[in-house]
Amino acid sequence: MNETLDKTNLTLGDRLRGFVDAFGLPRLIIAAFLLMLYIAAPFVGAGFWMQISNTINRFSWNAIMVLAMVPMIHSGCGLNFGLPLGIISGLLGATLSIELGFTGPMSFLMAILIATPFSVVLGMGYGWLLNKIKGGEMMIATYVGFSSVSFMCMMWLLLPYHSPTMVWGYAGKGLRTTISLEGFYDKVLAGFLQINIGTLSIPTGTLLFFALLAFGMWAFLHTKTGTAMTAVGSNPTFAKAAGVNVDKMRMLSVVLSTWLAAIGILVYEQGFGFIQLYMAPFYMALPAVSAILIGGASVNKASIANVIIGTFLFQGIVTMTPTVMNNMIHMDMSEVIRVVASQGMILYALTRKTEATK
Amino acid sequence: MADRNTPLLEMRNIKKDFFGNQVLSDINLTLSEGEVLGLCGENGAGKSTLMKILFGMDVIRETGGYEGDVLLNGEKVQFSTPFDALAAGIGMVHQEFSLIPGFTATENILLNREPKKRNIISEIFGDRLDTLDYNEMTGRAERAIGKMGFSIDKDMVISEMPVGHKQFTEIARELSKDSLKLLILDEPTAVLTEKEAEALLDSIRAMSKQGIAVIFITHRLHEILSVCDKVVVMRDGFVVSDVPAAETTVNEISKKMVGRSVETAAKADIRDMSGARTVMSIRRLWVDMPGETVRDVSLDIKEGEILGIGGLAGQGKLGIPNGIMGLYEAGGTVEFDGKQIPLNSPRRCLDASLAFVSEDRRGVGLLLDETLEWNVAFPAMQVQDKFLKSYLGGLIKWRDEKAIRDVTERYIDELQIKCTGSKQKAKELSGGNQQKVCLAKAFALEPKFLFVSEPTRGIDVGAKALVLEALRRFNRDSGVTVVMISSELEELRSICDRIAIVSGGRIAGILPASDPSEDFGMLMVSMVK
Repeated sequence: MNETLDKTNLTLGDRLRGFVDAFGLPRLIIAAFLLMLYIAAPFVGAGFWMQISNTINRFSWNAIMVLAMVPMIHSGCGLNFGLPLGIISGLLGATLSIELGFTGPMSFLMAILIATPFSVVLGMGYGWLLNKIKGGEMMIATYVGFSSVSFMCMMWLLLPYHSPTMVWGYAGKGLRTTISLEGFYDKVLAGFLQINIGTLSIPTGTLLFFALLAFGMWAFLHTKTGTAMTAVGSNPTFAKAAGVNVDKMRMLSVVLSTWLAAIGILVYEQGFGFIQLYMAPFYMALPAVSAILIGGASVNKASIANVIIGTFLFQGIVTMTPTVMNNMIHMDMSEVIRVVASQGMILYALTRKTEATK
Repeated sequence: MADRNTPLLEMRNIKKDFFGNQVLSDINLTLSEGEVLGLCGENGAGKSTLMKILFGMDVIRETGGYEGDVLLNGEKVQFSTPFDALAAGIGMVHQEFSLIPGFTATENILLNREPKKRNIISEIFGDRLDTLDYNEMTGRAERAIGKMGFSIDKDMVISEMPVGHKQFTEIARELSKDSLKLLILDEPTAVLTEKEAEALLDSIRAMSKQGIAVIFITHRLHEILSVCDKVVVMRDGFVVSDVPAAETTVNEISKKMVGRSVETAAKADIRDMSGARTVMSIRRLWVDMPGETVRDVSLDIKEGEILGIGGLAGQGKLGIPNGIMGLYEAGGTVEFDGKQIPLNSPRRCLDASLAFVSEDRRGVGLLLDETLEWNVAFPAMQVQDKFLKSYLGGLIKWRDEKAIRDVTERYIDELQIKCTGSKQKAKELSGGNQQKVCLAKAFALEPKFLFVSEPTRGIDVGAKALVLEALRRFNRDSGVTVVMISSELEELRSICDRIAIVSGGRIAGILPASDPSEDFGMLMVSMVK
């Protein structure tokens, strides 16, 4: 309808309203709040460029795990609360790559290669399960994630790892909770073509790697298979009537999502510098889910733009709020504020969950 | 007390429209105490709407109320909720059961009206905590079942009952209300066996003797004649006949149900295709589609014809295309073009150049959240690799946006789809235009054989004519065999060459479209189960 109106006759108010409608009022408010934090940062003694670097860094660590939400949203499997399953595949890749003695950039490449079969197999099992319980995906996914994390808590202790960099010093067996990646793939992507201007530092390599995967996803959604996947999410009966194998498409989307989560955690680790095991993957699904929802995705529509905007806003708020608040009240409350801010964002994001037309 | 001469129920000049679509016009009805009125008419004739008005259903008020007066015992009443209607002594048994499966018949009959005893807790916390008086309940349930004249086990749990007994439980529930004066039965015999149906008719007679008036809606015309005092036939929102049952026949009723200014409606260019090759032969097809079960259908379809499939709702006509196209579990054999089509596999049917326009536009027919381009091009893209660009020796099949836009714009022009452009979302279009998109989707597949199910359901007259014309053109220009399923006989007669009537999950008969409509009417009710 609006397209037919003569644009020149629109008042400023109309245009503003059109912009707000298109971008979404909640996102506008969050963006404004984030901007305010950036402006406030220098006044409370937190370096502006430093904060920008922080946000960009956090963005580069997390973006791929947010991207992992996209395929399952498109196929109608909903938000992938079972992200920890993919993360576990990534962790298996990471630890096995180190165990097998790879170092430097090679260890990163090997981690990806080893993680891939794990994520494919686990993803297929997970996809099979989700095909059995259509309609209740998100609830089941949550518990698939939780239970796989708990199961692996036992396995990290029991699996016969021997690399001295990873096992507990006293017992000589069982993996440590945190494993340093120095000498392995610490900053392997972030260090590539890194830009440093004063306090501003941009992890070009990581951003390029994300861009590559995001482009791959965008391209996939423009192929015949990608189109079928989107149609399955939009209306499974329509897709079935058009001869598409609905279960196969859903399975494919789950495998893709799980694989991206595995890659995502490896990229996160190279930026962060450590592998975190045991309960660490437990809470990783919610920030990714929240980021894509804040980015404007609904339960069965998501775009690459949603991923980028959402990750930036979510990570921006989560990194900026504690820093600025801390500096304001001169007390070390950063952890508390970080938890309040990030859980608050998650809570808000989940209220934004919208369903498709039925 | 009501005057002996005032009828129990009188409906005067009832009018009702749904958003400008007139569904009831000037309905007048009277019903005296103990009288049994048979109400019949084709689907969509307005029977249900009339009963909804009488029963004060929410949907009437939400869509702007109705015009005219409803008089009960000579006093004007206006029910705003079904509770008001219940309080005034009107009971209704719906087609769908509203019983609690885990409760016994007695508990269901007296649900929320149980006789109660006070106890200590309820003295303190109020009467919601009273104890149920099971002895009294049993007594009342027995009396209600006795009134009905058909015995059911009052202690049996509903989930264990045969379907007929559930129906009787519903009736007993209405009868257990002492104030009941008028009982509406909406197709109560549809789920009953012949014996049970007979028993139900007996119990209607028994009720009538006790002074309860009954409105009996059914498609089984002989039942109406055997039990009713008078018969009212509705068609297109009008009462077309209101006569004592003794003065009419099944033949006459069925003629009135379907016949409008019929003879002119049948088109002149009906072709006799009996000499043509059989392009599809269906043998012993059964389809398990809820509410539209196909039991045993054998049918030969000639190449290049337009075959109509008609029949009353729930008789299985919709099950035929849905079963063949693999959307519902089906069995039997279907041969197309000399080759057997595997059932239960939508993809194999589409590969064999069959296409289907579903009756469920929003559920099956459209991607509501996507653009018209996607809706039109999607099946052809998936099935025939059309509108794709191939790279790396077919490894990457990239969407060809330009080809998709071109084909969509072509069909927007051809079918006169009203939209702001090919990028508009399907959900923003009106029903008629959505239907055209569904047709475009099927046309884009360039099939050899097309099933079209209820293509004009819920769309306005203008759009209807366009849709039918598009189908006719598609058949004539491209030589495509078309099978059209519709509840509207006149619509079938205006476009089809032959019409098969489905009744009770079987083909009741196939007649040339030029045959008089009462013949079709007879077939429609011939095997109703």
